[in-house]
Amino acid sequence: MPYDYKPFPYHSPPGLDAAEPRHGVVIVGAGPVGLALALELARHDQPSVVLDDNDVVSVGSRAICWSKRSLEIFDRLGIAEKALAKGVTWQVGRTFHGDREVFNFDLLPEAGHKMPAFINLQQYYVEQFLAEVALAHPLIDLRFKNRVTAVEQNANRAILDIETPEGAYALEAGYVVACDGARSPLRQMLHLDFAGELFEERFLIADIEMQGDFPSERHFWFEPPFHNGQSALLHKQPDNIYRIDLQLGWEADPEVEKQPEIVIPRIEKVVGHSDFRLDWVSVYTFQCRRLESFVQGRVIFAGDSAHVVSPFGARGGNSGLQDVDALGWRLAAIAQGRADAGLLAAYDAERAFAADENILNSSRATRFMTPADGVERMFRDEVLNLAGHADFARPMANSGRLSRPCSYPLDAPDDAALPPVSRPGTVAPDAPQGNGWLIDALGRECLVMAIGGEAPDLGLPILRAEVNDTLRARYLGEAPCALYLIRPDQVIAARWQKATTVQIEAAHQAIWTAP
Amino acid sequence: MTLITHPNITDADGFYARLLAAHQGLSEAESQRLNARLVLILANHVGDDAALEEALKLAKAAGQS
Repeated sequence: MPYDYKPFPYHSPPGLDAAEPRHGVVIVGAGPVGLALALELARHDQPSVVLDDNDVVSVGSRAICWSKRSLEIFDRLGIAEKALAKGVTWQVGRTFHGDREVFNFDLLPEAGHKMPAFINLQQYYVEQFLAEVALAHPLIDLRFKNRVTAVEQNANRAILDIETPEGAYALEAGYVVACDGARSPLRQMLHLDFAGELFEERFLIADIEMQGDFPSERHFWFEPPFHNGQSALLHKQPDNIYRIDLQLGWEADPEVEKQPEIVIPRIEKVVGHSDFRLDWVSVYTFQCRRLESFVQGRVIFAGDSAHVVSPFGARGGNSGLQDVDALGWRLAAIAQGRADAGLLAAYDAERAFAADENILNSSRATRFMTPADGVERMFRDEVLNLAGHADFARPMANSGRLSRPCSYPLDAPDDAALPPVSRPGTVAPDAPQGNGWLIDALGRECLVMAIGGEAPDLGLPILRAEVNDTLRARYLGEAPCALYLIRPDQVIAARWQKATTVQIEAAHQAIWTAP
Repeated sequence: MTLITHPNITDADGFYARLLAAHQGLSEAESQRLNARLVLILANHVGDDAALEEALKLAKAAGQS
């Protein structure tokens, strides 16, 4: 069944009749990032207005691969159950060279995590689920068909000019968050440079609906027999929709390639028959770019407006949600006067580090997939050739390294005797706790997790963890006891085997201080 | 481990002869491909980041003089 695009209702914004009071936070863009941010702010009791120029969810599947970390974030925001029920859970990826399989991976997560490694779910479902929760939330004012036409700002506020079907009005905001996508109008209004690398490569991306028994796996081909000398990807989505990506080459004319009479014969070659329906087609150019700074005075950038990467690593949607993770609690605290505005520099530093990591991984995968003629192509081909003969070359076949949450380089108290998986800067690894999960006990305020011992007196909530084998392996190792200071975004801020009140207080202060 | 730059092949003359023999009868392009595979195989055998980095530097420097 094709997705049923139902328009969201437009309501007259109050600003059309009389000037609205200043809003603490205005979010521009009701995509996955903007909506997730509104919900995350609301979890921290911070109201927001969300503006979107459109009134339907994403047309086309777009972001389809949601990582374990994104599912954990969805869980906090109240849509993980729906996403898991609807999504296709997958864990096996196969890489082919010609018709020969050269490499496969199994993301089978180790036991003891609430969420699976990945699900595939079309972006329109994610937006629909998020919008349903946001529309029902008293702290979120979601306004469709409200298009921002201008922005100006000074040291204390930003003013947005907004156009609606009924006329124009203006909004004053303490902060504006631009979640308005890769072509971000706000970025253009501020004349910001979007620097990086453009790869001279285009891919056709198509969703088709077909009945089939294709497994829930990711299949990637280098030089497949059905697509002369180029690369291809096939991935399953819910509703019998399959994602197909085909490399086109730089000479291809995107407008021509999108025509059904061109697309359909190509897809017939991939799937080997013509019993399918074309659902959506797009052509994209590979690029890796980012803003130099994601914080521009009173305007903050998150998601694709701040950074874009080539696909095949699931690093677009997932990194946007991790931006939300790093921004929400900080922005809520600043808007509520609990933290200094300088704290935004910590968001900027952490997510710029993450964007660089994503860009590095995507650039490498892109070069492997689309090598330049000459020596680059020769090495690529010989890696694939060797992969059929020797184990070592198989993982070198790079069809995209799949998104994992960034581990931030925090300068924080650490104890090297404790396991590396839970070092400061990483997302707290999940573990079973009683009948539930550790991850569910984290993620609202800063807290101290005490394992195998007591925490000293603190002005912080203390979580006494149940020590089981999984928790021991992930948090204790050989140590008898440990204390973990954990941030509202479930990132570990500091850890000790034993610590004094003063040490923990200092580390807690550092969470709220600009880097 | 750092890169071994002192003589380390027991029968260096023999290896040199076998290297040439492996290229015997190959076209220029086939030879280049063989060399590429050899580089990848030997680099994996070395494994150590620092040694590989030194090897890259040495190879590059020797080509410049």
